[in-house]
Amino acid sequence: MQPYIVLPLIIPLLMVLTALARFRVFRRRLAQIGAFANLLACVALLIVTETGQIQVSQMGGHPAPYGITLVVDPLSAIMLTIAAVIVFAVVIYSRAAIDINRERFTYYPLLGCLLLGINLAFLTGDLFTLYIAFEIMLMASFVLLTLGGERGQLEGGLKYVVLNVVGSTLFLIAIGLTYSVAGTLNLADLAQRLADAPSIGITTVLAGLFLIAFGIKAAIFPLFFWLPASYHTPPIAITALFGGLLTKVGIYSMWRVLVLVFPNELVVLQPLLLTLAMLTMITGVLGAVAQMDLRRLLSFHIVSQIGYLLMGTALLTEAGLAGAVFFMIHVILAKTALFFISGIAYEAQGSYDLKKLGGMRVMHPGVALLFVLAAFSLAGLPPLSGFWAKLLLIRAALEAGQYLVVAVALGVSLLTMYSMVKIWNEAFWAPPAPGRVAAMLSREDRRSLMFPTTLLVVLIVVVGLLAEPVIRLSSQAAVGLMQPAAYIDTVLVDSEVEE
Amino acid sequence: MTQSLFFRFLARVMMPVLILFSLFLLLRGHNEPGGGFVGGLVGAGSIVLMTLAYGAEEVRQRLRIDFLRTMYYGLAVAILAGVIGLVIGVAFQDAYWWTTFIQGIGSIEVSTPLLFDIGVYMVVLCVTSSIVMNMAEEGEREDH
Repeated sequence: MQPYIVLPLIIPLLMVLTALARFRVFRRRLAQIGAFANLLACVALLIVTETGQIQVSQMGGHPAPYGITLVVDPLSAIMLTIAAVIVFAVVIYSRAAIDINRERFTYYPLLGCLLLGINLAFLTGDLFTLYIAFEIMLMASFVLLTLGGERGQLEGGLKYVVLNVVGSTLFLIAIGLTYSVAGTLNLADLAQRLADAPSIGITTVLAGLFLIAFGIKAAIFPLFFWLPASYHTPPIAITALFGGLLTKVGIYSMWRVLVLVFPNELVVLQPLLLTLAMLTMITGVLGAVAQMDLRRLLSFHIVSQIGYLLMGTALLTEAGLAGAVFFMIHVILAKTALFFISGIAYEAQGSYDLKKLGGMRVMHPGVALLFVLAAFSLAGLPPLSGFWAKLLLIRAALEAGQYLVVAVALGVSLLTMYSMVKIWNEAFWAPPAPGRVAAMLSREDRRSLMFPTTLLVVLIVVVGLLAEPVIRLSSQAAVGLMQPAAYIDTVLVDSEVEE
Repeated sequence: MTQSLFFRFLARVMMPVLILFSLFLLLRGHNEPGGGFVGGLVGAGSIVLMTLAYGAEEVRQRLRIDFLRTMYYGLAVAILAGVIGLVIGVAFQDAYWWTTFIQGIGSIEVSTPLLFDIGVYMVVLCVTSSIVMNMAEEGEREDH
């Protein structure tokens, strides 16, 4: 038992408590400290887990299938760390990108609340706690989305919350059915029991239900409509956080629940999964091509990238899953960085419309460089992180003999490149729109916008250049999922020893 | 807000009863049905009743409780209860009991689950009351 793995839950809770601080500036400082402490804790967990030791803690000391179990295996540790990096970057970025009124209205404590939900989803070892984590995330993200109460925000927020509540309800129904079939909700226990039992019809139905529930959260085709309808409405720092992390929690849950508990059923669902992956990639990227608003364009790209993650999952091989984990690391970094850069463009020129932007290359050459690196990484050019991610995925798909998916993935990459080049042409290369005066950012604003963006882009480059250790880490995570014996043993056997 | 004398009188009589009952539920909750959540809801019921009878403005003036801040204090208490188990025990939320003797009452058991329940009680009471009072204020504004 390693009780300290609860730290990524306690730190966000303390961040929520910073709402008690009287002064806005003080609250912001506390939030920054909290996000940094969370980052340190998660990196420490990653280092400890990387040696192969799975960390377990039973809440309140109740033994495993009965109590609430927290588990950190390599996959959780990777996800925790990457989420911590993003939240830290967003907290720094928010200093300039979030207006005073929102800061006054407990913006940072809400970030803490969202981080709590995300971390709980990555840490938990049972289905019902996963549901609770989703609810915490949904509530916190809904308030963040509508914070400020602008007209567009309320409209987007309504679509967001309605579709997500449908997803949560399906998830809850699936959990209830699972309990009636297996008599347990602990993931390790479930994996063990369902692996022994022959695959019966109902378990396939359950896997399908979980697929739909997580599919809504992850915004896969045809359940993604809430995402482009809502993600462009809040301030860019919030969009960056959501776009980077929230849908990815849905994919993580698919790995954790479907791959761990329902491996036999996934074989039945594989054709469906592959089709969905292809359609998600294609619709996302085609939707993006048609957009002229930076935020909408990038929102559609979130959907398209989810398709790649789903593709890695649907191959049902260790190589495919390892590729998907690597892709997850890459896409979270690249996506958030791109949202950050569009936020800088907005601060500098006062618009997200590509037609009204222009001349960023001359006025902000540093930003232009960051954009090129992040955009090329998203499109998959070597030697950036996206290249390795796509290489791993496509190699895995070729090994599995899924040539159609390979063709689609490569075609979608080209279209991604096309829309990145479109942004480059319109916002960076083209001369400034007539009659538009570039606003100079104050030095402090500039620093708090540029530092987190640079941090993320540097990480993208580092992941690209030092791909070897990251690939090793990803395949370690994938092996942990595909061969759950170690996971099951650590969760179930360790708690018996305690007694 | 209502002008009904009967309702106002009843609300006044019921308020202490409801608060006592909510505390009773809170303390009883460890081994029997009850606990912080239900207790908090019943406690909030008393405040809702007063709001319906006298209006949000007057209740705020008389109670002088900042519901939102108290909610965060409640959250702090609940976190503290969990951390105690982490610091002196084996896991977050681990339960600990201490028996203390208080003159005139006798020996009572204080425990981290009770502390946690008190935190939950505060959060639930304050969240519910502040939601209802905000809604009542909005309604009054529209009436005028």
